[in-house]
Amino acid sequence: MSGKHTLIDVRVTKPDAASVIASRYDNKPDALLEILHDLQHEVGYVPEASLPVLAKALNISRAEVHGVVSFYHEFRRKPAGRHVIKVCRAEACQSMQGNELADAAHKSLKVKFGETTSDGAITLEAVYCLGLCATSPALLVDERPMGRMTPQKFETLVKELAS
Amino acid sequence: MIRIYVPKDSAARAVGADAVADAIVAEAAARKIEVKIIRNGSRGLLWLEPLVEVETPKGRVAFGPVEASDVKSLFESRFHEGGKHRLSLGLTEELSYLKNQERLTFARCGITDPLSLDDYISHGGFAGLKKALTMAGGDIVAEVTASGLRGRGGAGFPTGIKWKTVHDAKAEQKYVCCNADEGDSGTFADRMVMEGDPFMLVEGMAIAGIAGGATKGFIYIRSEYPDAIRAMKDAIRIATSAKWLGQNIQGSAHSFSLEVRRGAGAYICGEETAMLDSLEGKRGMVRPKPPIPALEGLFGKPTIINNVLSFAAVPYILAEGGEVYKNYGMGRSRGTLPFQLAGNIKQGGLVEKAFGITLGQLINDFGGGTATGKPLRAVQVGGPLGSYLPASQLNLEMDYETFAANGAMVGHGGVVVFDDSVDMAAQARFAMEFCAIESCGKCTPCRIGSTRGVEVIDRIVAGVERDKNLVLLDDLCQTMIDGSLCAMGGLTPMPVQSAVKYFPEDFDRPAKMFAAE
Repeated sequence: MSGKHTLIDVRVTKPDAASVIASRYDNKPDALLEILHDLQHEVGYVPEASLPVLAKALNISRAEVHGVVSFYHEFRRKPAGRHVIKVCRAEACQSMQGNELADAAHKSLKVKFGETTSDGAITLEAVYCLGLCATSPALLVDERPMGRMTPQKFETLVKELAS
Repeated sequence: MIRIYVPKDSAARAVGADAVADAIVAEAAARKIEVKIIRNGSRGLLWLEPLVEVETPKGRVAFGPVEASDVKSLFESRFHEGGKHRLSLGLTEELSYLKNQERLTFARCGITDPLSLDDYISHGGFAGLKKALTMAGGDIVAEVTASGLRGRGGAGFPTGIKWKTVHDAKAEQKYVCCNADEGDSGTFADRMVMEGDPFMLVEGMAIAGIAGGATKGFIYIRSEYPDAIRAMKDAIRIATSAKWLGQNIQGSAHSFSLEVRRGAGAYICGEETAMLDSLEGKRGMVRPKPPIPALEGLFGKPTIINNVLSFAAVPYILAEGGEVYKNYGMGRSRGTLPFQLAGNIKQGGLVEKAFGITLGQLINDFGGGTATGKPLRAVQVGGPLGSYLPASQLNLEMDYETFAANGAMVGHGGVVVFDDSVDMAAQARFAMEFCAIESCGKCTPCRIGSTRGVEVIDRIVAGVERDKNLVLLDDLCQTMIDGSLCAMGGLTPMPVQSAVKYFPEDFDRPAKMFAAE
């Protein structure tokens, strides 16, 4: 793991990161989703410790912040692996052996959706539609779209990410 | 200097367009050939992506699908001078898939550099906004009303009436919100607009702002679309510095600013009131209506909310006149719809046609049938809340009323094809499961009904009191239809009941247990 993902970071800099990001949005409560996105982008997830910090900065209750973080599938409550693979599970991908791709992903990485491989390399997530429905089945690796996937191509991808 | 086009559209990137562009640059450098690579939007012939085009004196010549490993041989056959190659497709404009379309909204997509303002303007961009800047808000509304444009997000509500409500409302602040939370599987037209012709959305929203008297707009884009988010942010920045957005647009008295807001993986936020809550920084919970958002929308203020394709249709309507747009289409479905052919289809992509084309023409004439070559068994039109239709329904004309009369919906124009390997009981179960995952939880029929729906379908498939459970499923669906607060719970029965109706044999197979999850 890179330096900014160390445990010390979690305890010390992350709540601070939350208040810095919030001030970037003038502490406006309607920008909460934007703030959480930035926080997750910079820290890798939304740490529990940042929730009260955000509540105070935006002048809303902790319950409201918790409500938002827990409502949206995109926000992660614990650190992700070095790479995140989001596999599309929606109908257009299903029609092109998307279920077989998902099975292959589980087998290859030995994790379920929402879990991270034991070496911390890859987090596997399920998404519902990436808008790549004519080149299905599709997935997103970090922010790189990939279409016309097969279990073989997935295997190659995993090797590439591990190197 | 030879101009070569390699799409930047994420569907093209997903199948290797970046590597192709890199390979062309490297190969050209090695051969000391001067080339300029333009990363255009996609032409929408997605099965041919990456589709590389070369500008020649006769017009643009297409090659595809190109892989990075093909680039060397392309240069060897002098493709950069229009030379023939096994991947040659001829002049792009002559490709029947494109030639047989009626591209009003997608007239520019794939032709221009998406973020070049000069390209945009030289291809007719901002003609609509320029006109709007000289018109009274009410006259713009009248033009949009005359076009017969209806909400392209799926509900099909007349856009002009919505705009008039906001125009007539009295408030110090009004808003324009673009719903770019394109979550329906099988749809990607919004994404293609945002990535391939983002200024068109900027223009359409600015016109809406002038029409309704709103000075501030938001584009709510799903986080699953990182490329679209980037493109829209860039387009807003460029348009603002060129004074097409911001204070006193092009020296006029009108001001309109735009901001991108990211969704966070919640399908329900494509429902307009849930989107408003999300834009306000809250959980995406559905609001009861009334009050309608046109009167009490974002932050309680009058708000024009439209889908990307609705706003994108507006510049054409203003530039050419509502009557011209209205000349396309059938019945009360006027204009064109960018249909999206997806799933198990040979020639998937974007087909913009006037309403009235049949489902079969789209799938067979444009799409070329299934990708696997096996018989087509089911088609889901209108996203995950749309009906599953059997092959016998391919004669249906794409028209809001025709589809509604047949227990289906056109929705956002997504067409997902399945071959005969599909298990329709599994698809029905998925519809309920998806609703359970994505329900906002506010109303009971949707929140609980979807979970019960999964269980009932599991019992049917497992052969437990099948007949009784089929009755129960029907009853449950009716409760969801009648009692849900919004379309999520209200329409989930559509794929479920259509699957039972058209494919009963899949619910009457030897008992099968689902693995516990």
